[in-house]
Amino acid sequence: MKTTKNVLSLVLILVLSILPIFAAGTQEAGKTGVTLKLEQFSGSDATLSGKALRGMIAEFEKQNPTIKVALQTIGYDDYFTQLQSKVVGGNAADVFELNYENFVAYASEGALANITSLLGDTSGFNDTAFKAFNYQGVQYGVPNSFSNVVLFYNKALFDQAGIAYPTETWTWKDIEVASKKIMNLGKNIWGFYRPFSFHEFYKGAAQNGGSLMSADRKTFTVNTAENIEAASMMVGWQKDSKIMPTDADMAGMGDWDLFKSGRLGMIVTGIWAFADFSANCPFEWDITIEPGNVKKATHFFSNSYVVSATSKYPAESAKLAAFLAGSKEATKLRVEASWELPPVTYPEIIESYLSITPPQNREAVFASLDYLVTPPVSIQQAEMTAIIQSYLDQILSGKQSAKVALDACQKELEAKISL
Amino acid sequence: MSIQGRRGLRVALPFLLPSLLGAALFAILPIIISLLLSITSWTGMSKVKITDGFLRFVAEHSVGWDNFAAILSDQEFWRALSHNLYFIVLYLPLMLLFSLTCALIINAPKRGTGIYRVVYYLPVLTSWVAGSLIWKWLLSPVYGPINNFLSFFGIEGPLWLQSEVWAMPSIVIASIWKDMGFYAMVILGGLKSINIEYYEAARIDGASPLQMFQRITLPLLSSVLFYVTMLSMINAFQLFPQVMVMTKEGNAGPNGATMVMVERIYKYAFRYGKMGYAAAYSWILFVIIMAFTYIQKRGEKRWVNYDV
Repeated sequence: MKTTKNVLSLVLILVLSILPIFAAGTQEAGKTGVTLKLEQFSGSDATLSGKALRGMIAEFEKQNPTIKVALQTIGYDDYFTQLQSKVVGGNAADVFELNYENFVAYASEGALANITSLLGDTSGFNDTAFKAFNYQGVQYGVPNSFSNVVLFYNKALFDQAGIAYPTETWTWKDIEVASKKIMNLGKNIWGFYRPFSFHEFYKGAAQNGGSLMSADRKTFTVNTAENIEAASMMVGWQKDSKIMPTDADMAGMGDWDLFKSGRLGMIVTGIWAFADFSANCPFEWDITIEPGNVKKATHFFSNSYVVSATSKYPAESAKLAAFLAGSKEATKLRVEASWELPPVTYPEIIESYLSITPPQNREAVFASLDYLVTPPVSIQQAEMTAIIQSYLDQILSGKQSAKVALDACQKELEAKISL
Repeated sequence: MSIQGRRGLRVALPFLLPSLLGAALFAILPIIISLLLSITSWTGMSKVKITDGFLRFVAEHSVGWDNFAAILSDQEFWRALSHNLYFIVLYLPLMLLFSLTCALIINAPKRGTGIYRVVYYLPVLTSWVAGSLIWKWLLSPVYGPINNFLSFFGIEGPLWLQSEVWAMPSIVIASIWKDMGFYAMVILGGLKSINIEYYEAARIDGASPLQMFQRITLPLLSSVLFYVTMLSMINAFQLFPQVMVMTKEGNAGPNGATMVMVERIYKYAFRYGKMGYAAAYSWILFVIIMAFTYIQKRGEKRWVNYDV
């Protein structure tokens, strides 16, 4: 009898000690206002963007005294792993950031709130960027920034080699010719850099008249003749014409560092390099629209703020998302911090963006928008990207020809990725 | 059950309850759940509640044995498995050799063995992430101390972690550095339990140190060595953090050279949104480890000597 009592009291103690765990979730928010959780990756304290973001939040709180914002920043590498477990656990922040590539996966799983009617006036947004976050006719997010990729060039090296600067009319052929002349300047000086990655390849394919998916996004078209030719030519920059350094040549040095060291003539990279290059290049540089082979094609990257489907305050959350993404106050801070490109059409914001130099030719950023290609997108985005990248690596390492690899890639994608 | 047994259980139960509860909640329940999830197409993103209609969820999202069939018919799985086996083939013998040597050095009655013990054991206490980062730096092709040291002798060191050929051996080197101390301590325990009188008798009979090692130390250490082999093999199949930190994470090493099973499980579960598929993958790994352990256990009688 005594032991039974002991057992009972022990169980009681255990139950009592566990209870507070469940209690934490039931606390009511204060009646005076709400606190919204905001999680994001693109603004970091290592650059000016983190400060700009805190400035935007302060401005929002000033205009909406009843709403407080709790900001949480997570590095890009861990962001999506953490986000997924939070969404599954029902603990997603009220407002969180998604990039264009991952947007469809979250929208299709019902993790996002429909904010179509909660956004107010959206006429100030850039149309392409705004529509990118519409899934099956429903607006699930607002673009907070977009960015693209341009051709950066080292003016000093072009001057030394005595050749004219790249222009909008350049093609891959011109890149090769100029690179060879630049490389004649000395050992360890390289002409061109453009990594053979998933992102560069789908754009390269488009620049050669191809594409990785059919226009209706129902089938893969990875192994077309145009794509195979594009892959061979892109790998050729390292293997045949040797205008681009290999990993071994780079010996652990990053591509941006190579450009900043003044030993690289041209690099294809994102406009998010502006701040770094402005501060750290001891020579003059400028940009132009990226050359294509048979036609031009440029990247479109965009991040958005979305509202969690489990948020208790969808209206307030949508208000916050719209403010941070598209208000004049917020976009002004964004431009001042050189934090990518605000997705808005306000003339004064665009004007102030263009007035910052270097680069002199900032118009090229906007001119590039005329040639946008969007990436192939699937619900299994990360897996699809990894599969394509693994075959690009096979081509780059010389283990398989472009044709063999892309044929195999097409087959694997058809077997594993549902479109 | 005898009266005493039942009485004993009643007394023991309150004391066991906290651990049992923990085991049930954090080990047994997740194991059962993962088995059920392994036959579903759960993405890991839609919400599932164990307390509310979990079995209905499993039934609605069931894909039967499709996950298992898809994994086993995918070349990628066999590639990952072969990388695991390659790791084990390199790692196991070297690890045994180094930890045995370590244990013998520590066991020798000399001054300063205490310091050795600490030095060899330190890597065990280091976290894998910190250790991996240090090795990444050591093995860096241009700025790394190892290649600098090699170039001192006119040898051009390999690209290590960036080379398809050297990536896995690099992981092996780091793993041995990390695990050696732990297994050396286990072996040391075995060495200490050998009766000194055997050695004294052997010495009187004129046996050389090598003979003593071969005829006394090794046979009497066989049970400990068996335990170490089994444990390190099970751990080797679960190779993960060093791969994630040291080799290019996005592509599982240069050209997929360090794509291993747990790395795949992680990718499928947390990157590719295929939680059910990943659960099936874990169960396949479990069966493989079981099979290998069983084979080893079968061989135990043949070469293990328990007459200490």
